[in-house]
Amino acid sequence: MSGNREGRGRMSRSDTMETVRKGLRSRYAAERRFIWYGRGAIAVALGFLVLLVGSILIKGASVVTQTHIRLTVELPLETFSKNGVVTAESIGAANYVGLVKSSLRDLFPDVSGRRDKRALDSLISSGAPYELRDHVLANPELVGQSIDIWLSASDDIDMLDKGYIDRDIDSTGRRVTDKQIGWYDKLIADGRLERQFNTTFFTSGDSREPEQAGIWGAALGSFYTLMVTLLLAFPLGVTTAVYLEEFAPKNKWTDLIEVNINNLAAVPSIIFGLLGLAVFLNIIGLPRSAPLAGGVVLALMTLPTIIIAGRAALKAVPPSIREAALGVGASRLQTVTHHVLPLAMPGMLTGSIIGMAQALGETAPLLMIGMVAFIVDLPGGPLDPATVLPVQVYIWADSPERAFVERTSAGIIVLLLFLVVMNLSAVMLRKRFERRW
Amino acid sequence: MTDTLPQDEDLRTAIVADGVNVYYGEKQALFDVDLDIKQNQVTALIGPSGCGKSTFLRCINRMNDVIDGCRVEGRIALDGDDIYDRSVDVVQLRARIGMVFQKPNPFPKSIFDNVSYGPRIHGIAERKADLEEIVHDSLVRAGLWNEVADRLNEPGTGLSGGQQQRLCIARAIAVRPDVILMDEPCSALDPIATARIEELIDDLRENYTIVIVTHSMQQAARVSQRTAFFHLGNLVEFGPTDQIFTSPRDKRTESYITGRIG
Ligand SMILES: Nc1ncnc2c1ncn2[C@@H]1O[C@H](COP(=O)(O)OP(=O)(O)OP(=O)(O)O)[C@@H](O)[C@H]1O
Ligand SMILES: [Mg+2]
Repeated sequence: MSGNREGRGRMSRSDTMETVRKGLRSRYAAERRFIWYGRGAIAVALGFLVLLVGSILIKGASVVTQTHIRLTVELPLETFSKNGVVTAESIGAANYVGLVKSSLRDLFPDVSGRRDKRALDSLISSGAPYELRDHVLANPELVGQSIDIWLSASDDIDMLDKGYIDRDIDSTGRRVTDKQIGWYDKLIADGRLERQFNTTFFTSGDSREPEQAGIWGAALGSFYTLMVTLLLAFPLGVTTAVYLEEFAPKNKWTDLIEVNINNLAAVPSIIFGLLGLAVFLNIIGLPRSAPLAGGVVLALMTLPTIIIAGRAALKAVPPSIREAALGVGASRLQTVTHHVLPLAMPGMLTGSIIGMAQALGETAPLLMIGMVAFIVDLPGGPLDPATVLPVQVYIWADSPERAFVERTSAGIIVLLLFLVVMNLSAVMLRKRFERRW
Repeated sequence: MTDTLPQDEDLRTAIVADGVNVYYGEKQALFDVDLDIKQNQVTALIGPSGCGKSTFLRCINRMNDVIDGCRVEGRIALDGDDIYDRSVDVVQLRARIGMVFQKPNPFPKSIFDNVSYGPRIHGIAERKADLEEIVHDSLVRAGLWNEVADRLNEPGTGLSGGQQQRLCIARAIAVRPDVILMDEPCSALDPIATARIEELIDDLRENYTIVIVTHSMQQAARVSQRTAFFHLGNLVEFGPTDQIFTSPRDKRTESYITGRIG
């Protein structure tokens, strides 16, 4: 330990090493602490995610099945024919409500009185007559026979069967009466009540009756809307980004444009809805409630995101690639399309998918153009009235029936699945573009 | 400053720079540079860092055009025609004047695509067989053929640094330019790879006019016939390489060569 005399602050080599060694402990400790903070944060985030998705799954998973009741229905020839001839028209005109009611009452012959009869009728879904009609229309040879058919039970019976209605509490506190529970038990005992795959939910549009309401209409609406958004926003966004980054001179005009694009990304989404209403519906005259109008509005909202991400991706392409291409005599456009864009594509896709995911979850801008609406029919294309998944979830969440709670959660699951599919396809596309070397 | 030297008189002048001034925005990077480059010779540009060698080189194939705020004044003529004339198409010009950069920059594509890219976009060769011939010839001339013959479809970026640089040279000569500009082509390479490229430059001289920027005095002495010394944006001295290195006329040249500035 010599050499400390060489002026203040200077240490000998061994002193230096000693100081470094002492400091090391706290430096490593800090690093370890940081790592644990990080892990803790991830654990908390994951915990909330599991809680959220788990509770939604638990509430929503039961929508996969729907309670059905097996009725024995007589299809007398005279009901289904006109002047002795059975036609599609005469089949369609039959009184299916009556048929369903009488078949159900046949199972419980001792029920009498208007109130009891009505209570009995309400075991079966009000959509059941339509199910019966569709079945007979599809199989006209059944006319004249007596058939066994599974028809949807009402939402209350469905909830009772799935255990969401507590039969042990006082009957005034629940939506099914003691009598109805008795009939329900008898149906089970006779093997006439069963839960079957819920085709309705996955193939229909919305309905006031929970057991008749499906998510498919909204899913189609979301699909058409996002298609319009993608087809508009992606090419426009990429072209804008390429122009601004690769071709535009850097001057105060382009600076101004850049600032405005960045600001646009922060504009509340409902403003875009107002714009859509004022311009696309009132001036241009796009159809109200249609995915076309919704898609255009969402495209406007998504554009800044795509442009900003696109420019960042273009900036990340090394300038040496551009020089190489220009150096062998490629034009500027060739340089961009042959070399720069393929390298920037993964980044652009990531930006676009973030924008599209935002668009998928938007309801506010669609409010203004009439896509927040009760729409029963499945949209056949981007010009038909439609609603979208988050709006559907919102509408169901706002409905009082217990069965809509289940459907709300199920709607959220479908929305999340939609998102996952979108993200996966983006990842796959990105993999294809990512340079393999 | 020197003018045409006796032994050069039989060589044609390929490029003439006349009073070239270059500005990056307000800042002037080159001051009144006059320089003539002979055909089928290697001309070396030397000088301390930041003196404007790259700037001058990039003027010759108008790569400065893409730099915002860069302004070139004066006249640079290739075979007698002003390359900054309105009638000149830069794409065509760059097909005639190839460039090899300081850092090897192969495209992230296969070796074959790297070399065939130029001929393809210029429409020099459309048929696969023609392209293959060009790729073969260029790689042979760049001295890379033997090393990559059996892996033309592998990525060009997977080669070693020296191989990548030779690939870039092959890419440049595949377009059949008249002039090749090289900006410190060996700065990232080891002595063996450097030696190979120097050999290559010497071979290429037969068919091409070459302008090379280098920081290595030895390299300039080994490969070039004429040397230009730049300092702070001025062309200080220009003449036959032996003369510049053995009996420089300017004090600054002498101090740079002997290692006192730069
Ligand atoms: N794109 C640019 N924008 C602004 N100034 C630049 C730009 N490129 C070069 N310069 C300036 O011009 C001058 C000459 O630069 P140049 O690149 O030609 O030097 P050089 O001789 O090639 O140096 P080196 O040997 O380090 O490569 C330098 O002062 C540099 O700062
Ligand atoms: Mg340089």
